[in-house]
Amino acid sequence: MLKKYYFDYSAATPVDQRVVKAMEKYSYLIYGNPSSLHEQGRLARQALEESRQKIANLLDVNHKEIYFTSGGTESDNWAMLGVARGREKDGKKIIISSIEHKAIIQPAKYLQEKGWQVDVCPVREDGLLDLEKLEKLIDKETVLISVIYANNEIGVVQDLPLIKKIIKKKNSKAYLHTDACQAVNFLEIRPEKLGVDLMTINSSKIYGPRGIGALYIKKGLQIEPLIMGGGQERQARAGTENVAGAVGVAEAMDIARKISVAESRRLYFLREKIISTVTKEIKDVYLNGSRENRLPNNINFSFAGIEGESLVLYLDDKGIMASTGSACGASDLDPSHVLLALGRKKELAHGSLRITLGRWTSEEAVDYLLEVLPVLVDKIRKMSAIYK
Amino acid sequence: MSELKSNDVVGWIYSDIVKDHFLHPRNFIEGEEPSWEWNGKGEMGSPACGDVMKVWVQINDGIVENIGWKTFGCASAIASTSVMSEMIKGMTAEEAKKITAKDIVKKLGGLPEKKIHCSVLGDQALKKAIEDFETNN
Repeated sequence: MLKKYYFDYSAATPVDQRVVKAMEKYSYLIYGNPSSLHEQGRLARQALEESRQKIANLLDVNHKEIYFTSGGTESDNWAMLGVARGREKDGKKIIISSIEHKAIIQPAKYLQEKGWQVDVCPVREDGLLDLEKLEKLIDKETVLISVIYANNEIGVVQDLPLIKKIIKKKNSKAYLHTDACQAVNFLEIRPEKLGVDLMTINSSKIYGPRGIGALYIKKGLQIEPLIMGGGQERQARAGTENVAGAVGVAEAMDIARKISVAESRRLYFLREKIISTVTKEIKDVYLNGSRENRLPNNINFSFAGIEGESLVLYLDDKGIMASTGSACGASDLDPSHVLLALGRKKELAHGSLRITLGRWTSEEAVDYLLEVLPVLVDKIRKMSAIYK
Repeated sequence: MSELKSNDVVGWIYSDIVKDHFLHPRNFIEGEEPSWEWNGKGEMGSPACGDVMKVWVQINDGIVENIGWKTFGCASAIASTSVMSEMIKGMTAEEAKKITAKDIVKKLGGLPEKKIHCSVLGDQALKKAIEDFETNN
């Protein structure tokens, strides 16, 4: 049987078995509602609060600053819409980068329709935020700036402390939110060190369960709830708490942080091997985004003359699972907004391949990929009506 | 209780026919143009939109004796040009001109709704190739 190789860790990570084990008893042994007064309720409450504390410790923040949500999308939506509602009287301006996740772009569009001024700050050719433009865009009415920490498609890592410095200079009251979904496995994530006021965390990208995430909200920020009901999460996010999920994401994050340095080093080596070999062996290939300021597990190429979906499906036929850009992009036909933001021509933006590495990516898998990829690129180019 | 078909779970988003033509495309041209003699050429699409198709035909005595193609595009674009080339070979030019996107999609065992425009390009490139032949002969 054909061996299968998974190269799509930025779309979803398998749940670590240690995480599954940690969660297990919170399905059938401890099942109470954390709001209940009896023993079952108290045990559930204890597990929930211990998980919150564990995450707070890893971020070096107070436990009251961690709010559990249903995942990255909800956290992003909440940061945008919640701050907008909370700060409407201070100004109606928001800035987002041109390479934000759709979970930021869509609420930004919604706010725009409701009369907010939303400015999109461009990135440079290498994917790093254009800081001069950012400085020009911020004024006294800017209430929120959202910049993705490590981009999900191209893995480019932004210099958040420097961004915060610029924000402070122009408007010390403006909040900085970052989507750190892809960053937790590898990068510095303590909000104090990064200068962020709100931070999105997603369990499903860090080998944790689906359907849970968190939003770090610095103490004292003006933010309104998005989900209203029974007053859970200290009146900020209603809904019966997902205790097993909270236990799972805390455990997942704990493991991720413990091995982060060693994993970064191991994957950096594999990433560099892929980039050097592919750019050497295949003609007319472009690395999308900075090579230096990049997640150790992300590779994103554009191949001239090739449409990304064809390459992904040919790879799948050989047992290699990768993607064209974001998994969300798999079902729409438009080229990636991230690649277009870098200034890539549309035909090259159509020809992208994202390879993302993770905890179970072996060197053997990488060698197999490097053996198969040039052959398939050649095969598709031979058919291509635009490649010469 | 109805059973889940394997296609519902792990199957391709495309039919087996699409998959077959995509992985084993028929009648495509390797070089810049066919090595065999041709007398009609058509092209449709734009690189920016993500789909370009080129079709070459050799028409003798009103019969499409040979057809070749090149495609830049997704799996359905490649499969639809491939299956079209099989359908057309041996047809009269008049019949070939009447081939519609619907015919191609049917032959492929269906396509996802939003992918149908890919096959529309195939039949239009073919029509242009036949018209090119008619203009020059």
